[in-house]
Amino acid sequence: MAFYVVQFLTGLASAASLFLVASGLSIIFGVTRIVNFAHGAFYMIGAYIAFTLTERLSGAFGFWGSIVLAAIAVALIGVLVEMVLLRRIYHAPELFQLLATFGLTLMVEDLVVLIWGPDDLVGRRAPGFRGAIDFFGQNIPSYDLFLIVLSPVVLGILWLLFQRTRWGVLVRAATQDRDMVAALGVNQKWLFTSVFAVGVFLAALGGALQIPRDAVHHAMDLRIIVEVFVVVVIGGLGSIVGAFVAAVLVSELNAFGILIFPKISIILVFLVMAVVLIVRPWGLFGKPEAPARKTPGLTVNPWRPLTSNERLMALAALVVAATLPLFAGNYALTVGSEIAIFVIFAVSLHFLMSVGGLASFGHAAYFGLGAYGVAFLAKMAGLPMIVCLLLGPLLGCMGAAVFGFFAVQLSGVYFAMLTLAFAQIVWSIAFQWVSVTGGDNGILGVWPERWAASPSHFYWLALGVAALVTVALRAMVFSPFGYALRATRDSLLRTEAIGINAKRIQWTAFVIAGTTAGIGGALFAYLKGSVFPDNLGISLSVDALVMVLLGGVETVSGAVIGAIVYKALNIWLVSQTDLSKLVLGGFIVLIVVVFPKGIVGMLEMLAQRRRKASPPGSPLLAKPIESAE
Amino acid sequence: MSVAPPLLAVEGLTKSYGGIHAVRGVSFSLRAGEILALIGPNGAGKSTCFDMLNGQNKPDTGHVRLLDEEITGRKPREIWRLGGGRTFQITATFATMTVRENVQVALISHGKQLFNLFGSAPKFDRGEAGRLLELVGMGGYADRPCGELAYGDLKRLELAVALANQPKLLLMDEPTAGMAPRERVDLMRLTAQIAREKSIGVLFTEHDMDVVFEHADRIIVLNRGTLIAEGTPAEVRGNPQVQAVYLGEGLVYDARHREGASI
Repeated sequence: MAFYVVQFLTGLASAASLFLVASGLSIIFGVTRIVNFAHGAFYMIGAYIAFTLTERLSGAFGFWGSIVLAAIAVALIGVLVEMVLLRRIYHAPELFQLLATFGLTLMVEDLVVLIWGPDDLVGRRAPGFRGAIDFFGQNIPSYDLFLIVLSPVVLGILWLLFQRTRWGVLVRAATQDRDMVAALGVNQKWLFTSVFAVGVFLAALGGALQIPRDAVHHAMDLRIIVEVFVVVVIGGLGSIVGAFVAAVLVSELNAFGILIFPKISIILVFLVMAVVLIVRPWGLFGKPEAPARKTPGLTVNPWRPLTSNERLMALAALVVAATLPLFAGNYALTVGSEIAIFVIFAVSLHFLMSVGGLASFGHAAYFGLGAYGVAFLAKMAGLPMIVCLLLGPLLGCMGAAVFGFFAVQLSGVYFAMLTLAFAQIVWSIAFQWVSVTGGDNGILGVWPERWAASPSHFYWLALGVAALVTVALRAMVFSPFGYALRATRDSLLRTEAIGINAKRIQWTAFVIAGTTAGIGGALFAYLKGSVFPDNLGISLSVDALVMVLLGGVETVSGAVIGAIVYKALNIWLVSQTDLSKLVLGGFIVLIVVVFPKGIVGMLEMLAQRRRKASPPGSPLLAKPIESAE
Repeated sequence: MSVAPPLLAVEGLTKSYGGIHAVRGVSFSLRAGEILALIGPNGAGKSTCFDMLNGQNKPDTGHVRLLDEEITGRKPREIWRLGGGRTFQITATFATMTVRENVQVALISHGKQLFNLFGSAPKFDRGEAGRLLELVGMGGYADRPCGELAYGDLKRLELAVALANQPKLLLMDEPTAGMAPRERVDLMRLTAQIAREKSIGVLFTEHDMDVVFEHADRIIVLNRGTLIAEGTPAEVRGNPQVQAVYLGEGLVYDARHREGASI
């Protein structure tokens, strides 16, 4: 019995940091509508700075002063980030802010290694809380008790801040309707900056308070950000009480999950999140979001199919790409194959995200399922490669059919979170079900047959499939189904009023996108000769998002360009520098700020300007209609 | 009494929220080709009533029949399939698509081609889309992005979209809200003309009494959830109960008294 009590208390202590970080994320999202991916990075910097300060400053005051000082320092960094970066992109498409903060995260990951080195750093114990307390023969670290007391205290302070101060009232008002608050004469700029500072302060404090419990290391950002996403979604975005309850819930699930279901402990949390989202899509303490005001003067260029000239150009590009084996070496061909596979992956997400307006944060799940599908068929059933390639993606298709059915019941940020949760469930299964998937060791020896084994042959195979998939999905954009899908993205109300079952359209799109991603994954398994849980991990899902956004989410062919540029740059940077994440992150941030419409979007804009600058050639075409290529 | 059933028959519609009776026992009917206005002061239950007809809201009790088919509590998309088109108070269109594409989506739905993955949508029923746009006077705007349109044009586009499945019933929620006076008259004239030509029954809610009295064949008046008057514009105008609701009792403005007094 005592053991369970101790386990429960350990869970509560873990909840403290989680709550601090999650409440910060929640407050920032509530007001600015930015899902701050960099929140985990701020948490990590908080821990690193606190580590350095506690090493330098001695005594009890030195330790506790360092913790607070570290949080304040990071909050100032946050202010700088908000003013220099985020202010420029509040009006960009909402996912761009996510992309920018993701770029920041990448940069921070390399920066901390540069400054503090790659090794784990073990910090000092907290003065006054070094020992442990005996509880019926079980030890409880006294620092854990301190954390258990701390989180309700912070909750209370935040509650007072939001209920009793003028600033708190403004923040709550802005959470409900920020346009109205701006119309009432509140300086929105400083409100946003201050909210961001408070949110970042909480994240950094959460990180700093972790040093007596855990080693500081350079991967702690991703681990916490996923858990924090889960917490805010279960608790309800924008609700601090929700963040508190959910942080406790998630921590306890982790603490007891290990005891009760050691095999599926990781899944448990995500399963609870999925159930909450399906039953109460706006979280336990959240409120259903009022329909957002449509941005006035929406300037999306209408989409049109390629003209015959453009088709010829695309074909020419494909022919040029096909000649690569004539002059390039094996390494370049392998890189080429990988890029082709990522084109497939990117266009599949583009179909769901740009055409259907459903941004999946867990698209790698279907990519990875396709890869595992191939591995199972090839290794266990021993089927020939061509059969594996055809049937493997069906696993992605089935996964998409099951998860997609639930996911399309939601939309916007919640859709993104639920897809993330599903992807994590699939990842957990791959990771923990060792007897079938090999767990962390993956499945090795998935090599292509002789006809596709040489790098040039495999390159042609990948290129050919990528071309087919791109053409097919593009055709679907301009099919009756594609029109219906775009219609559901623009106005659910109207689609229902003209007899369209929007959910079924979206579900179909989800299955198409998942199956296509599975095709990419199937090829990827053969390219690498192996399958690992990473093939359906979060970083791969984020890669897909970055590729689509980089190319231009509002364009038809952006995904192809985005995939080529991102993947090529990524592979090249990794080969050139140890600081590839820093450069890549910086590049992403730059793209977001300078070309918020993505690469293709920017090209379209330039073409448009040129057309507008030149005098109209014929009076019949006095006002040329702009379109997206 | 006509033998054929009315186009739309509403019987004993009731809806409460907690202790508030938003709509109480409302019954009325609508014939093909007839233009019926649903009016009443703010909070009278117009919107609740309207939403129960188009499937957005389910009544507690009562029935709605469209051509003798029970549509009470059916989904909006099912009602559309049975011939009930609608326009919204705040226009709902596909902002990133062109004007023609907006109409084509409705035609694709009407032609049950929604799951056609490899056909060509730009060519889909292009002629019919053009005809519908001509009908509402939007022929010249076909290739314009819908997000660029002025509000009045959006309303006309909505009308074209609503007509795509050759509806028998058209439900219009405050069709002229937010429009300039000149545009209001044009839109309602157009609606009335189309309704008569195609024998479509039109039910609309409206705050602008000029629009109501000029274009409605018949008017029903709601107050505090109950139907207090029904009749031709002239009958409703002369109804003392209606006057009381709109202007308050004892303050009825009567031009003759005023003239008499001034002599």
